[in-house]
Amino acid sequence: MGSDDQGNHDAGRSGFTRRGFIQIMGTGAVSASLAGAAIAARSKPVPPEKVMDAENTVKIRLHVNGAQHAVLVEPRWTLLYVLREAFGMTGTKEGCSRGECGACTVLIDDIPRYACMTLAVEAEGRRITTLEGLMSGEQLGPVQNAFLEEDAYQCGYCTPGQIMAVEGLLRNNPAPNLDEIRTGVSGNLCRCGAYTHIFRAAQKAADLKKR
Amino acid sequence: MAQDDGIYYRQGLPVPETPEPGGEADFWKTTEIVGKRVARVDGYERLSGAAVYPSDIKLPNMIYGAILRCPHPHARIRKLNTDPARKKPGVRAVISGDAPEAKGLQWKYDDYAAPLFDPHCRFEGEVVAAVAADTRYQAWDAVRAIKVEYEVLPHVSDHDQALDDKAPKVHENGNLVGSDEYTRGDADKGLASADAVVEQTYQTPCELHTPMELHGCVANWDGDRLTIWESSQGVYAVQSRISEVLDMPLSKVRVIGHYMGGGFGSKLQPGKYTVLAALLARKTARPVKMILTREETYLCVGNRPASTMRLKAGVKKNGTLTGLDFQCTGPSGAYPAGGTSLVDWQIRDLYQCDNVRCSSKDVYMHAGPARPFRAPGHPQGSWALEQMMDDLAEKIGMDPVELRLKNIPEVSQARGNIPYTTTGLRQCIEKGAEQFGWKAAVKKAREHNRSNPAVKRGVGMGACVWIVGGGGPPATVAIKLFRDGSVNLNMGASDIGTGTKTVMALVAAEELGVRPEVIQIEHADTGTTQYATPSGGSKTVPTESPTVRNAAIDVKRQVLEMAAEDLEVPAADLVYQGAEVVSRSNSEKRIRVTEVSRLKKRGVVMGVGYRGPNPEGKSVNPFGAQFCELEVNTGTGEVKILRFLGAHDSGRVLDRLTYDNQVFGGIVMGIGLGLTEFRQLDAKNTGKLCNRNWHDYKLPTALDVPADMESLPIEIDDPEANNTGAKGLGEPVTIPTAAAIANALYMATGVRFTRAPVNPIEIRRHL
Repeated sequence: MGSDDQGNHDAGRSGFTRRGFIQIMGTGAVSASLAGAAIAARSKPVPPEKVMDAENTVKIRLHVNGAQHAVLVEPRWTLLYVLREAFGMTGTKEGCSRGECGACTVLIDDIPRYACMTLAVEAEGRRITTLEGLMSGEQLGPVQNAFLEEDAYQCGYCTPGQIMAVEGLLRNNPAPNLDEIRTGVSGNLCRCGAYTHIFRAAQKAADLKKR
Repeated sequence: MAQDDGIYYRQGLPVPETPEPGGEADFWKTTEIVGKRVARVDGYERLSGAAVYPSDIKLPNMIYGAILRCPHPHARIRKLNTDPARKKPGVRAVISGDAPEAKGLQWKYDDYAAPLFDPHCRFEGEVVAAVAADTRYQAWDAVRAIKVEYEVLPHVSDHDQALDDKAPKVHENGNLVGSDEYTRGDADKGLASADAVVEQTYQTPCELHTPMELHGCVANWDGDRLTIWESSQGVYAVQSRISEVLDMPLSKVRVIGHYMGGGFGSKLQPGKYTVLAALLARKTARPVKMILTREETYLCVGNRPASTMRLKAGVKKNGTLTGLDFQCTGPSGAYPAGGTSLVDWQIRDLYQCDNVRCSSKDVYMHAGPARPFRAPGHPQGSWALEQMMDDLAEKIGMDPVELRLKNIPEVSQARGNIPYTTTGLRQCIEKGAEQFGWKAAVKKAREHNRSNPAVKRGVGMGACVWIVGGGGPPATVAIKLFRDGSVNLNMGASDIGTGTKTVMALVAAEELGVRPEVIQIEHADTGTTQYATPSGGSKTVPTESPTVRNAAIDVKRQVLEMAAEDLEVPAADLVYQGAEVVSRSNSEKRIRVTEVSRLKKRGVVMGVGYRGPNPEGKSVNPFGAQFCELEVNTGTGEVKILRFLGAHDSGRVLDRLTYDNQVFGGIVMGIGLGLTEFRQLDAKNTGKLCNRNWHDYKLPTALDVPADMESLPIEIDDPEANNTGAKGLGEPVTIPTAAAIANALYMATGVRFTRAPVNPIEIRRHL
């Protein structure tokens, strides 16, 4: 158990060795992304301009589903944590917190991203879309409707992430073939194994969106 | 326009006849809604994000719990210093074994009781201390600050070595949890009379459930009343366990589990984490959210135990099985947990055979205890038996489908030859093979393989029986009919993703004539809903659906009696037609349900249904057969599954849409067992778990499963099973999958892969 018991007072002085210090600027590129293209498009990491205390909060503005939220966050908080535990949003799920399952998939500037691998501070100024953002008022959006009709879910826990992955796929490629659909949701695990129905739902969603 | 328009799915359509008081409901000959492809009644909630799963809960003043776990497979805690954790920012409480709150508390594994905090840690992931803090990050800071000095002890982490003399003892009495013997006829004589005998060792890996929603709960106290929102398959099971551990009346423990993100057996019970959340919540007088990390779920919330199996089987040239001799060893883990439970059931009961001997040894080792995992024991036994059947078929030059059809039992041999209410095993194999195009596929694959050295094709199949799946008492359901004709259905069962709520709405709709969408369901809450056993074992539908039907019939009987007063005819003369109650003798005497005077006055009619007993002297079981076609790249060892077909006899199909989904899901899970999943312990060195995340422990992904999947329901009327004729589906659909894949791999490669999973490394090792 690696413990660090320097206490809170030393935190600011000792520089960047203390666990919990996080370099925010420039290191965002290490966070995983569903879309390889997004990584390739990023600029190279630059040395940190400032080092922040994990336990001090900073004020950021997040642009979620068309609305601005000002929120105080610790720099180490993930976007997933802020969406769920600060905002209380239930349309983004936590499955692994280490970029493996995709239950936390959201769109950042229309590209599917794992919210557990994105720090909240990194997401500032970006356009974040969650499952709630696909609704039209109380009505389900086309991808959600396709999932309903094709029964593309069982327990429903990976489902928000699957829907966001399909939504992101269709925004980029409105008429995907089966292989493209499979690849598009390959970063989203479904332990109930509803994949076959998910493929059908993605095809149906593409049709529904065209109408 | 009448107020009740839109409530009934067909005006004036007769609903099933209401039996006399005390009489049995008639079996549905035809159905209007049941069996159709109907989207889930809670689809909106699950797809909009409106569904609140336990891990989504956020209560006012809520804080977060985290658990320090032993990092060694076997160790004794020498010193524990929690003071550094208490000084961390945001920390509200820390508890460990010496805390007054924990004094005397015990945790039971089967009948083995251990202290809740046991300084003798027998598996990696055992609980050492727990904290609660304002944020989850702070809770983990505090956990990491706790100082522990462990005396690391020798471990055994390989079940095949657990019974060696030199193996460290997990418990004082040694490492044998228990052994089980079963004999029918004389296996030795049977094998001696065979024309061909095959003997083979088979192994299956330890498999981890890893449902998408993490295990966990939120606990909150109101005075002496505890409320727990648990990600659970059965709220009443959680209530029972927690009230026992905390020595509280059942009435004071309310467990709620409206939604849950998968369990597969690992959430049939609560965990120590549930108790810890309750203790921390009491200590801080605040709600505590305790959601495990993914890594923790790999360590301490159960698994499908590994198995080492030896099977010797004999067959006559005409295909008659003459003897089966089976031995199995499997690990419970660190505490008794059914390490070999039901592994031999396929051997005992699937095929006709007069001479059977089975023996199994359940052993302790230093790893997290097992829990039931979808069809406990069955896929393991199937891995052995179904590959053996193919080997025997080859020995006598018979088609594998043909050999199985030669050995279909009409009775349950393992239960003293009692008959099944129905058995569709023959039809599953026969019709499945026909639908799959078995003969043509075999021929095509062989032709393909003659001309393609690099990519080989194979087809394979396997059949199965599931030991239960008939459900049974107890269960209670209440249905309220409101004065506007709409309906509220109240049951304790959890919907674990199988579509329980949807199916029950369809059953109530069928019986009452109302549209399923207007049926509001209240479920999975020990405070407000009726008693139900946990959702598991493929017994929820055959347990709850007849109970729902009985409750609906109770509503109808009461409405008929009330209408009899309005129409001034005897209730026995009246027929319930959904929207209306009509006299048989005089069809002019009729009244809308919503106009019945006493219903209008009372506001609500409540019907109560109970689950009746299963038929005596008969066994209710689901059966199935699965067929697959695949390709193997002999250069890379990669396997591509091209298609799968599941032909399953689970009695009446209640919702075809969710039924098919369940079949496909079981197959996907079976693909995991056959091709990708295994728990890797560092048995030779540290004994620790090497692959504790989804990166290193591979589940089948969208790229690993065929898009071409077909479900072929074999529906046989089974009025004896229960009054809906439904049998269980969730378990059988995953039993024969891995073995069917192995059989296809054999055709493709000529190699008998007896050790699962057959990943590319395993394939390349043999080619």
